Amino acid sequence: MSAIVVLIGFSLTVATGFLIAFLWAVKSGQYDDKYTPSLRILFDDTSPTWTTDISEKKIADDNSSQKSKTNKNKKNINN
Amino acid sequence: MNLEKFSYDNQIVKLFIIATVVWGIVGMTVGLLIALQMYLPALNFDLQYISFGRMRPLHTNAVIFAFVGNGIFAGVYYSLQRLTKARMFSDLLSKINFWLWQLVIVAVAVTYTLGITTSKEYAEAEWPIDIMIAVAWIAFGVNMIGTLIKRREKHMYVAIWFYIATFVTITVLHVVNSLEVPVSLFKSYPVFAGVQDALVQWWYGHNAVAFFLTTPYLGLMYYFLPKAANRPVYSYRLSIIHFWSLIFLYIWAGPHHLLYSALPDWAQSLGTVFSIMLIAPSWGGMLNGLLTIRGVWDKVRDNPVLKFYVVAVTAYGMSTFEGPMLSLKNINALAHFTDWIPAHVHIGTLGWNGLLTFGMLYWLVPKMWNTELFSKKLATTHFWIATLGMIVWVVPMYWAGLTQALMWKEFTPLGVLQYPNFLETVLQIVPMYVIRSIGGALYLTGACVMVYNLYKTARQGSFVANEGAAAPALEGIGGDSKKTHRWLEKRPIQFALASTVAISIGGLVEFIPTWLVKSNIPTIENVKPYTPLELEGRDLYIRESCNSCHTQMVRPFRSETERYGEYSKAGEFVYDHPHLWGSKRTGPDLHRIGGKYSNMWHYLHMQNPRTMSPGSLMPSYPWIIEQQLDTEYTSAKINVMRMIGVPYEEGYENQAVNDLQIQAQEIADDLLDSGILVESDKEIIALIAYLQRLGTDIQVKQAENK
Repeated sequence: MSAIVVLIGFSLTVATGFLIAFLWAVKSGQYDDKYTPSLRILFDDTSPTWTTDISEKKIADDNSSQKSKTNKNKKNINN
Repeated sequence: MNLEKFSYDNQIVKLFIIATVVWGIVGMTVGLLIALQMYLPALNFDLQYISFGRMRPLHTNAVIFAFVGNGIFAGVYYSLQRLTKARMFSDLLSKINFWLWQLVIVAVAVTYTLGITTSKEYAEAEWPIDIMIAVAWIAFGVNMIGTLIKRREKHMYVAIWFYIATFVTITVLHVVNSLEVPVSLFKSYPVFAGVQDALVQWWYGHNAVAFFLTTPYLGLMYYFLPKAANRPVYSYRLSIIHFWSLIFLYIWAGPHHLLYSALPDWAQSLGTVFSIMLIAPSWGGMLNGLLTIRGVWDKVRDNPVLKFYVVAVTAYGMSTFEGPMLSLKNINALAHFTDWIPAHVHIGTLGWNGLLTFGMLYWLVPKMWNTELFSKKLATTHFWIATLGMIVWVVPMYWAGLTQALMWKEFTPLGVLQYPNFLETVLQIVPMYVIRSIGGALYLTGACVMVYNLYKTARQGSFVANEGAAAPALEGIGGDSKKTHRWLEKRPIQFALASTVAISIGGLVEFIPTWLVKSNIPTIENVKPYTPLELEGRDLYIRESCNSCHTQMVRPFRSETERYGEYSKAGEFVYDHPHLWGSKRTGPDLHRIGGKYSNMWHYLHMQNPRTMSPGSLMPSYPWIIEQQLDTEYTSAKINVMRMIGVPYEEGYENQAVNDLQIQAQEIADDLLDSGILVESDKEIIALIAYLQRLGTDIQVKQAENK
């Protein structure tokens, strides 16, 4: 039954893949906290001043200006 | 802390929501049509394009891949962005995913109507569409993985894991189940035959239920149910256990679809064992969903969204209890091939998938359009109509299944079949078919009420295509490897192509065993390849999806061998590319039909089944009587069949059409002797040749032994 061999091969590959994913998840601390993630999804991170339709470009501009600001701040601290 | 501003892509979610609603209505309408055709066979108006055999796969595909499929995408595209605090990886991939998926659906609808089908359940699409599906699916997967890489939230919420499992497993299933060799643009044969093809088909079929109808919806449940209840999931720890145990068990349960068939016994038992074990994670998930509402059950009273979720999750629990029970051999012996199975399936689809989708839509549309639901009252009405519709659908079908199964197995005290005429057992359950169609009509009505409600809601609100959000960048993920991500972000297409190549290589490596391992199916000396005419007839059988209603698998029960003849053996199917075992006996089994009736009987029966069996519910096939057999690809078919292991002699393809005509003339002459004048180049001749051949190979041997 070559089909069974193929199917078991594929199924084992998938299962092994998931096993590796599981071990990674445990090792990398994904499951260290088994409570707060369930709470966190209940909060939306959309701020009231920020919910209007907005172009991607403006966001990029905002982010870069903010970044340069923080960089400046860092420099100031270093100085 | 560096707060990054970004926006969520709501536009793509909106497109998928519209597609979900539109295809949902289409798919359910086709479902209602075939439910009516099951007791009013004239309802196809003798049009081949809307005959039952072609509409049934269209219904299943439309509701699974178009309604639920688009529902998955809508829910995943909405929740994944929020769970990862990131916009989708590539807007272009999102659009490719959407438009290609809709193109697949249209292509499926057109080809099935024209009778272009592989006959493999839930995967009837021919090979060019299979490729389109793969591309759209990989676009989705790459988009999802890209989003995960650039996520701003370190922890991956349990729903995300369900989405990942869905993508990975469906990819593998689709590739393996679609291994076929093309004859032409619209015709292919699967590389596996008979029992092997059946096993691959149900490994796919079962896992399509598991990883297309279940895991993505569990992910959606874990996101949208807590959101609607504004309560964290009952136990997050349980949800993690639920996920990992479910995916490790699910993939091994496929053989339970082939109990008592010619599949090796150990494989059948393996399927049963894993099916029973599946109760634990499934019920863990159901309880986790229901208990999430602990303490806020009063909200269910006036929140229609929660109403939908409660019944959806309960339906999930019911059908995941019933599934393992049906995989017990003693229960399966009774339920298999009867209307019990559609009932079981519809608890899952109408209840779990349908109601969860409705609940999700009632929550999403007001949220995305920044408004309140237009009418809570209408939504509640929809809930009650849908729930009632589901019950009116399934209860008569359980009744019908049980009634018919008992009638099939009933013996008189003298030891002969109590109901030797199959039709008698069908006519007994016709009232149940009538009630079922009422249930379906109710369910469809409810969905129409929802369309109106959602439309009104969208009209009164204002849609935000790009919803602004802000979140801190993730150190580690966004930090060290930022360069690679930037590189990837700019090259979604390259990333997609690279993933496709990687997946294809993996697939090829896995597939090598097929050529290395020799088949150990006991071959039966008398079993010979089909003649060209029989092969063409078989392809007509496939074109009309006769296997939607007729099985070709006599199980080793006395009640079946008495009725149909010798039970089916694995060795008899070695040249069946694809297998045509079927999964439902709306009509009798046909594996031993060969030689049972005269050619004339078959001719008249196909012309109008009611002339030969008064009261029959089978549609008439006037077009098969009238149409000419297309022999353009006969030689090519012989070539492809030889390539996938059917021992036609070298050069036989040149002689095939000639042989076909000789055999056709013999049948036409025989029909003329019976007083029926029919040209030998009509399709009916090929179909009769195939039907007369069915299951006769081993009869020859028995006759010789005597």
